[in-house]
Amino acid sequence: MVDKIVIQNLSLQYADGTESLRDISLSIPSNAITVLFGPAGGGKSSLLRCLNRLNDLTEVRAASGKILLDGENILDPKTDVIALRRRVGMVFARPVVLPMSIRGNMVYGLELAGEKRRFKLDEAVERGLKLAALWDEVQDRLDDPAITLSGGQQQRLCLARVLANQPEVILLDEPTSGLDPISTGKVETALQELKKNYTIILVPHSVQQAARTADFAAFFLQGELVEAAEGKEIFTHPKQKRTEDYVEGRFG
Amino acid sequence: MKRRFSIDRFLAQRLGVSLITLVALLTVIPIIGVFGYIIAKGAPAISWEFLTAMPRDGMRAGGILPAIVGTFYLTLGTAVFSVPLGIAAAIYLAEYAQENWLTRLIRIAIINLAGIPSVVYGLFGLGLFVLFLKFGTSILAASLTLSIMTLPVIISAAEEALRAVPQSFRTVSISLGGTRWQTIRKIVLPQALPGIMTGVILGLERAAGETAPILFTGAAFFLPRLPGSPLDATMALPYHLFVISTQVPDMPIQIQYGTALVLIIFVLGMNLIATVIRSRARAKRQW
Amino acid sequence: MDKSLNWRETIITAVVKTCGYSAIVFVILIFFFLLREGVPALAEVKLGDLLTARWYPIENHFGILPLLTGSLIVTVGAMLIAIPFGIGTAVFLSEIAPRWMREILKPLVEILGGLPSVVLGFLGILVLSPFLRVFLDLPTGLTALAGALLLGGIAVPTTVSIAEDALDAVPLSYREGALALGATKWQTIWRVTLPAARSGVLTALMLGIGRTIGETMAVMMVTGNAPVLAVRLTSIFSPVRTLTATIAAEMGEVANGSTHYHVLFFIGLVLFLISLAVNITASSVVFKSKKRAERVLS
Repeated sequence: MVDKIVIQNLSLQYADGTESLRDISLSIPSNAITVLFGPAGGGKSSLLRCLNRLNDLTEVRAASGKILLDGENILDPKTDVIALRRRVGMVFARPVVLPMSIRGNMVYGLELAGEKRRFKLDEAVERGLKLAALWDEVQDRLDDPAITLSGGQQQRLCLARVLANQPEVILLDEPTSGLDPISTGKVETALQELKKNYTIILVPHSVQQAARTADFAAFFLQGELVEAAEGKEIFTHPKQKRTEDYVEGRFG
Repeated sequence: MKRRFSIDRFLAQRLGVSLITLVALLTVIPIIGVFGYIIAKGAPAISWEFLTAMPRDGMRAGGILPAIVGTFYLTLGTAVFSVPLGIAAAIYLAEYAQENWLTRLIRIAIINLAGIPSVVYGLFGLGLFVLFLKFGTSILAASLTLSIMTLPVIISAAEEALRAVPQSFRTVSISLGGTRWQTIRKIVLPQALPGIMTGVILGLERAAGETAPILFTGAAFFLPRLPGSPLDATMALPYHLFVISTQVPDMPIQIQYGTALVLIIFVLGMNLIATVIRSRARAKRQW
Repeated sequence: MDKSLNWRETIITAVVKTCGYSAIVFVILIFFFLLREGVPALAEVKLGDLLTARWYPIENHFGILPLLTGSLIVTVGAMLIAIPFGIGTAVFLSEIAPRWMREILKPLVEILGGLPSVVLGFLGILVLSPFLRVFLDLPTGLTALAGALLLGGIAVPTTVSIAEDALDAVPLSYREGALALGATKWQTIWRVTLPAARSGVLTALMLGIGRTIGETMAVMMVTGNAPVLAVRLTSIFSPVRTLTATIAAEMGEVANGSTHYHVLFFIGLVLFLISLAVNITASSVVFKSKKRAERVLS
């Protein structure tokens, strides 16, 4: 398995100098689901936002280290961040549908890139919605406002919207935290299908979700990477006591 | 002792509430009175001729068409200059500016522009546009003067409308590979547009009713023809009302009230349009 | 495609930035022009002469004191009306009136605020001042009192609108807490809600004052335009002249570049500086009371 993303000695800081992440080194394999888990405040979301340079919008900056995507450092100031964000898509914790129709949401990313050809756009709409397992439910109402969908459907739309851009990596930050168990299940099933062709990095909202979905997992605690291993290993036989305590539910 | 205490409190309450209600009535009744009075006295003067004919007999008869047309031109001229500039400035404040001393200075400047007396704007317009830039007493000079006066209103309203758009939309747009301007153009601006338009219309409504800024920059009382170019002076409803009510002997009362009524309808009509836009937008909102 | 996107982005950002700075540019421009045309007045008329009590430009008397007192008496009178009526009506709308009444009355008050001041001046001439003349048995109804009443009427809608918003913004929990402790509605309003909305109400008053100082047409039409020193209490029943009305009334008749012309610009400069001072005070007052509130709540 080839490493899609390699994080080398990354340290993150807030604007006032306090540390968010300390000296993180982690390899993320392609075509698998890597889970970043741990209690709140561990730095997982900050790390996720660095992977598509969304931290440029916040006050978190990389004090030192590199993030290599296919061998190239995306923290370099000369990086084309627009192109990067098309390759690395993100699904947020709360479903944020844009104030337009379902179709409008789906083609938004392509329109940003300048795609105008109707057949290309239609093709992307169908492809993305099918991959997110939403096509059957909405194919007859693509022109309805996206806000009329249920919470679970909206979140799958957000996933489909990212997929329409044909990314290589999909980042998910607690994507099912507001969803009911059935919708959560649909999302997790979709991810299992998607991992065959995409690199998926997931911050779960519970240890159980981490255990269900992870091919690889990394445990973060207060800005430090405690342990990283295969999913089966880390949840059944964690090497570090802190990992074990968290997995067993003794704190968190 | 406990008995007396509670009676005092409730007595105070009833007195207080009555007083406040009286105050409110004394405020509201004159407002209704003002409108009713002008409508009652001015309506008889309104006729097709009044609205579409040129004045005769030194303004004492005929219509007030040139004043209506003049106010329309001035409002249009004000819009042309103040709307793009105001919206762009609001976009800067809401989407680009960081919270530093420079931004603070801009905000202070806007508050100050809003507070400058309208006659001082007239002086400024006279000094800069009429004399220094040699535009003369013209629609151009008056419109430019009114635009600067209207700018703070538009900027404030537009900025508020832009800020009301949820931040999450911007984040999503950026994460899908959008630039800042693409995000503004495709999502933020369209969503903020109703609020912006409401603010623009309210600002223009004020500009349409102002007299002092146009006194020395563009308004004239007796013009035989309608203005032909932006460099012509023009008649205007507020100025017309001012002159006919203070400086023309033997001016028929009915024409005065009629002119006042037309001005009010012009201004309130804009208010109504703004309110309708605001409530329709609220109903159609997708967030 | 990406390169041209970059170019467009840069140009648009530059245009937007320039427009953002425009407000500062305009304030400076206005100040500069007022200075340019107003400062020569100080060279042509000694400062001491400017501060005398005789305003008679035809004979080269440029004492602006009567104009200052005229503005002052009308403004103070207007505020004496606007403060109780403005805040009282705001309290009524926000705390006492039922919902349906508020929905009708609030827009009505705001509409009055949108009325051009020349219309109010017009009514002042035709209705208010004859009424005052008859009712108070005065030689003329065109007095400072008429001006104060009209200006009060002009300042009230602004005050009501903003103060009502401020009162409405006070959280329901404040009122409920007070009522739960046994306070009457009236006590709640005065001791809890109004103090909590203090910064918004102060802003409303400041904006009302600002509007009053700057008003031109309505005062010009009803105050009688007599540049007489107004220092006694009874002066409110006499004609006066404000700074703003002076400029409006005389600017049309002055020769470009004459001393009179420069003095009028000088008056404009004085008005500009007064409104600057009021605005800076207003924003610092609001700023300060907000900080105090934050300290109290933390």
